Amino acid sequence: MKRRDFVKKSMNAGVLAGASSLGLVSFNNLAGSAVTSGYDLVAVKGGEPDTMFDRAIASLGGIKSLVKRGQSVVIKPNIGWDTSPERAANTNPKLVKRIIEHCKQAGAKDVYVFDHTCDTWTKCYTNSGIEKAVKEAGGKMVSGSSEGYYHLLESTTTKRLKSVKVHELILESDIFINVPILKHHSSTRITSAMKNLMGIVWDRRYWHNNDLNQCIGEFPLYRKPDLNVVDAYAILKRNGPRGVSIADVLYPKSLLISSDIVAIDAAAVKIFGNEPDRIPYIRIADELNIGTKDLSRLSINRIKI
Amino acid sequence: MKIAKLKKVRVGVSLIFFAFIFFLFIDYGNTFDKPVVQTVLYLQFVPSLIKFLNVLSLTSAGFIIIILLTLLLGRVYCSSVCPLGTFQDIIARVSWKFSSKKEKKQFFNYSRPKNLLRFGILGITVFSYLLGANFLLALLDPYSNFGRFSVSFAQPALGMIYNTATGIFEKMNIYWFYPAELRDVIIASLIIPFLMLGLVVALSFKKGRLFCNTVCPVGALLGVLSKFSIYKIFIETEACNSCGLCVFSCKAGCIDDTNKKVDFTRCVTCLNCFSACNKDAFHYRNTWFNSVGSQAIPSEADLGKRNFMFNSIFFLTGLMGLNSFRFRNDSIPAARQIIPVKPTTIPVIKECMVTPPGSESIYNFNKYCTACGLCVSACRSNVLQPTFLEYGWSGLMQPRMDYSFGYCNYDCKICGDVCPTQAISYFENLKEKQFTQIGKVNFVKENCIVHTEKTECGACSEHCPTKAVDMVPYENTGLVIPEVDDEICVGCGACEYACPTMPYKAIYVEGNPEHIIALEPKIEKLEEIDPEKDFPF
Repeated sequence: MKRRDFVKKSMNAGVLAGASSLGLVSFNNLAGSAVTSGYDLVAVKGGEPDTMFDRAIASLGGIKSLVKRGQSVVIKPNIGWDTSPERAANTNPKLVKRIIEHCKQAGAKDVYVFDHTCDTWTKCYTNSGIEKAVKEAGGKMVSGSSEGYYHLLESTTTKRLKSVKVHELILESDIFINVPILKHHSSTRITSAMKNLMGIVWDRRYWHNNDLNQCIGEFPLYRKPDLNVVDAYAILKRNGPRGVSIADVLYPKSLLISSDIVAIDAAAVKIFGNEPDRIPYIRIADELNIGTKDLSRLSINRIKI
Repeated sequence: MKIAKLKKVRVGVSLIFFAFIFFLFIDYGNTFDKPVVQTVLYLQFVPSLIKFLNVLSLTSAGFIIIILLTLLLGRVYCSSVCPLGTFQDIIARVSWKFSSKKEKKQFFNYSRPKNLLRFGILGITVFSYLLGANFLLALLDPYSNFGRFSVSFAQPALGMIYNTATGIFEKMNIYWFYPAELRDVIIASLIIPFLMLGLVVALSFKKGRLFCNTVCPVGALLGVLSKFSIYKIFIETEACNSCGLCVFSCKAGCIDDTNKKVDFTRCVTCLNCFSACNKDAFHYRNTWFNSVGSQAIPSEADLGKRNFMFNSIFFLTGLMGLNSFRFRNDSIPAARQIIPVKPTTIPVIKECMVTPPGSESIYNFNKYCTACGLCVSACRSNVLQPTFLEYGWSGLMQPRMDYSFGYCNYDCKICGDVCPTQAISYFENLKEKQFTQIGKVNFVKENCIVHTEKTECGACSEHCPTKAVDMVPYENTGLVIPEVDDEICVGCGACEYACPTMPYKAIYVEGNPEHIIALEPKIEKLEEIDPEKDFPF
């Protein structure tokens, strides 16, 4: 409990510190550690999800540059729907498994995986194949479906999201890895890294009620993932975020990896076939200096397998 | 002595049935699938009988086996198969434990038969069922009562204990067990289970199986049948020394030691008397091929019985009129309330309740459901919720799809798998369920966030498994607003559950009184991605 309080306090401090410097300096490192390497973003194409991750993380200097021995890691895939992996509504289980394996190899003490699902959570965990993958890799599958796990954070810098309840694993773990799947979304057009963070909070209805795009755009002021991995191996091109049938799925066979949540979403939107400027929450987050949507300003490593 | 040993077998069998059935009702993990559940519940008398009337198939011959068993050996069902019977034995056992030494010695005693009551209730229950109202059967069926006790009280209580345990484990960084997701409590739905539980506990606490011989229609029916049983229990008058031990051990209170007679119509064949008797005076005797013949105590109240049944018919016709009770969904449990930007203004008034997929129609569902609550216990999305009088008397306590608590998981059909009466019929193929339309979506634009706040929302469309709720451009705002296609809608309620507006929803499902088949969503082919294409950035 002590630890959690400490983390909460320090995070609030972070949010407040961010406020004073708003618009003056970039606070890319707001949430702490970022992967250290020459590249801001790595894009891989043409391999299986797990091998693409191997290549991508190697080009960022390996997961060891992020995860230190004895640290705890929380991985947040998208497990929102009770659908099978080939339907591409949930993050690819092979990818989740490989990320856990890397963390374990780097000496991570515990690797937790959870999602606050939309469909019945136990069914999502099972039918997405993620529960099995996590257990095989030695990770810990945790529930995200009781309010008791979520703790209140408040902020004065946010416009609409004045307070939010966040899952304790996000608050307590040393490293937070965000592993969304790129999909079409019926109202926000695209769901990727930023939208995936709706699965670490308790009350999503509040977001829907209070300018959804603003809430998604400003939530990273509370907590930014230390690393984002976007699964774009198979994507829902329409009928997202759940999909109606396998006919909604296309196969860009790509993977993105970056600590900049705005940049990675901008790149993901391009893979999807849309423009970052047409996605309101990307614009909002860019304006709040959470990251940059302008890919021309970034150093990108493009790998073809 | 052989039969005295048989008592241990009887206790064993009854505990196995009890434990299995209890587990089905408290299980949060859906441990057992259809074949196991249906096998365990195969012999439950009322569900089996109703299933037989419902599907007209010998796959539900459990009640016939029970009838034959009763005609052979008496009310074996009551002693060994009925979970409510064993539950009463457990209550009596506990009560015995906490009794004084003197009370322990003479714990049970002979009681006079209450034939007017028991046959009266049986008659009125049968008549009302024949008249098309099954609520008395649902109210009094011992299996369904046991189910309701378990689902209403034991499942949540044990769930809380279980969650406390998983919480402690999680504090120790052990994540082997998931916590259970408890249902919210609907007080009204607990009223009848609570009263019935009170009645059963009160009667069994000191009087053993009095409930089975006064209130229970199955007990009364099998009692009538056991009048004609081939084998019955007799006291050998020469061997008996009138010590009374059998009387004190008889939980049905059916041993009359002054006349040395056993009222076999009330005997639940627990075999306690066999083991209690020091003189070996108890015997099972073939009454069909034996000169001694039947010795059941004659009914004293035939006339009264007839009057009672007459009155009951009037009573029932009166009750039929109460059937018109409708429900309005204009409130959501306080715990789920969130503060909206602006309260919505158009009230949502539903005309028709939504019954689970497989129930075919409200009429069908009301007719065959005994409200045992097994589907409620098995529903992991918590959309199936028990009711009180929302369906009217004809559907007393029967579960409904309540979209303020959850929505029907598109790939799930567990309610039909477990339903012992097949009031929710079983889908062989998941596809059949996925095309069953239990209700239709309705959109109230004036309540919608996109319209009132001019901000994006789309929670409804996000959750829709068929995209019957799709988002389309809204005027010239650059926003998208829901558009509904009620032909491909299945009525799962995901949109209604997800809709964030308060106090009235902007999208809701109106039940179909008769379920229909939904159309298949149109599927167009997508243009494939060229794998050789370069990165778009």
